[in-house]
Amino acid sequence: MKTLFDRVWDAHVVRELADGVALLYVDLHLVHEVTSPQAFAGLRRDGRKVRRPERTLATVDHSVPTGDRSLPIADPIAARQVDALSTNVREFGVELFDLGSAGQGIVHVIGPELGATQPGMLIVCGDSHTATHGAFGAFALGIGTSEVEHVLATQCLVLNKPRNLEARITGCRAPGVSAKDLILALIGKIGTAGARGHVIEYTGDAIRALSMEERMTVCNMSIEAGARAGMIAPDEVTFDYLEGRPRAPAGAAWATALERWQTFRSDPTARYDSQVRLDADTVGPQVTWGTTPGMVADITARVPDPAQLASENERRAAERALEYMGLVPGTPLAGIPIDRVFLGSCTNARIEDLRVAANVVRGRHVASRVRAMVVPGSQRVKAQAEREGLDRVFREAGFEWRNAGCSMCIGMNADVLGAGERCAATSNRNFEGRQGRGGRTHLMSPAMAAAAAIEGRLVDVREW
Amino acid sequence: MVTDFVRHRGKAVALPRRDVDTDQIIPKQFLKGVERTGYGQSLFYDWRADPDFELNRPEAQGATILVTGPNFGCGSSREHAVWALAEYGFRAIIAPSFADIFLSNCYRNGVLPVQLPAADVETLLQRAASGSYEIAVDLEQCVLSDDRGFSARFTADAYGRELLLRGLDEIGRTLLEEPSIAAYERSHT
Repeated sequence: MKTLFDRVWDAHVVRELADGVALLYVDLHLVHEVTSPQAFAGLRRDGRKVRRPERTLATVDHSVPTGDRSLPIADPIAARQVDALSTNVREFGVELFDLGSAGQGIVHVIGPELGATQPGMLIVCGDSHTATHGAFGAFALGIGTSEVEHVLATQCLVLNKPRNLEARITGCRAPGVSAKDLILALIGKIGTAGARGHVIEYTGDAIRALSMEERMTVCNMSIEAGARAGMIAPDEVTFDYLEGRPRAPAGAAWATALERWQTFRSDPTARYDSQVRLDADTVGPQVTWGTTPGMVADITARVPDPAQLASENERRAAERALEYMGLVPGTPLAGIPIDRVFLGSCTNARIEDLRVAANVVRGRHVASRVRAMVVPGSQRVKAQAEREGLDRVFREAGFEWRNAGCSMCIGMNADVLGAGERCAATSNRNFEGRQGRGGRTHLMSPAMAAAAAIEGRLVDVREW
Repeated sequence: MVTDFVRHRGKAVALPRRDVDTDQIIPKQFLKGVERTGYGQSLFYDWRADPDFELNRPEAQGATILVTGPNFGCGSSREHAVWALAEYGFRAIIAPSFADIFLSNCYRNGVLPVQLPAADVETLLQRAASGSYEIAVDLEQCVLSDDRGFSARFTADAYGRELLLRGLDEIGRTLLEEPSIAAYERSHT
């Protein structure tokens, strides 16, 4: 009796090196400009090659500007890093979606949209949000730069087999409750280290009911619960999404692939190392109040009082977080005024996210003093949104409409918060300084962030 | 980097915080480099702006062992975090738990992560907070001790321990598996 994860793991074992440690074969290696230059330099230093360039795909996303793409990159250090990737991919024969490419975008958005991400694959990237690709039933994990170099040189990764946690999410989401709310609620329940050392498999009817893009949102934030990866068994939703995509198998190969992909699922009696359950009916729109994604509550709740927390450790952490966030215990979350809105990131910048947000803001206008921006996850998402007229909806509502990149999720380009600025963000991390030194981030769904932009404060989107 | 680690004795500094993420260890503005060096001076950059920050205290100068809270190194996969810690001078980090990717990065950079029960870490945090406190770690024996009678065995990930003990060139070693890798490729295309 095997789980989905067992099956994908077993299919990639090149050799067992020791008990629980295996040399695994990597099907797809995604590369970006920030965590790869030292790896390519290592290859060059040791006279090594990229073993399988055709299984390696690069893009620029983290430090690139999202403004006018006809201008050179203003930040000379970022420009040097982007240039280094161009040089590296030329020298080592790797395909690159560069700034001028129609296929450029956040690495975790372009893999799926190309159909390069497929069920049963082992996918790695020097980026912790690689878990996103697990939505297709792939085992997808973030790795460090030394491991990036290892994969480039050997197409393999040495890994201790993680344990397996089943997160069973059942029931029916209420209107206004999104996939983002489910994953935030789960992180709130199990904590930021709740899945440490584990691969999460998301199961249950509430997961089955999600679209492919919603599943990506859920898997994306697995790392925020401490997990090595997150996975969802592929089904018709997965196959429908992939069929006809540029890198997906076609013709006779499609039928063969489909047959194989359908085997990637857990046996009904398979055992997990641990289990957690969440009832989707009980989940409302979620908003973070602190400086970890686990510091989260329902929008109808109040800022918690650290004194009420169980352990000294948690109390100290919550006190620090509230001081940083400039929040007073007992304040209702709904009503907290905001300065900025960021609709973007590998968590929530796909076309469905933009459609939902556009529906909220259509015919309305961003509150005065609020600066709001939409950063599509990829140039293809941007082009699709423009075909649907969403760019006009956002612009008329007072949003900036930008080019694709990680942007203000990580703030490596010019898109940053100023000290003390409070932001409603659809991204994945509310760490201190994440969006800019002294910036205060509240994580939420696209609909909630859009509503916050219009009202100029956190609001319950269900009351709209 | 191929750096070996067998045993080390050094001054410990306490950082009694939980969930210290890699964004705090090395903020994003320092990730634009293309080298593996030059990050030590930016370690905990934002926190070090506070004169009272633990690492700024006179008694913390020269510390080579960091004692801290659970889930250390969570968040971003940036190996720059370990490069910064190592370049600053840290050889070992003691915590009740570490984030998975951070652990992998430590093993590949000669930094020893020591996982101990929370109560033991609490003892070490209190002793380290008093200043001029030294800890000895022996990875060969998997034992950690101090001069005040504290001694604990710790378990280390077998593969990570070997990488640390022998300072192995992991890529060179995997390349020796070429026949197995080629056989896998033949049977999967």
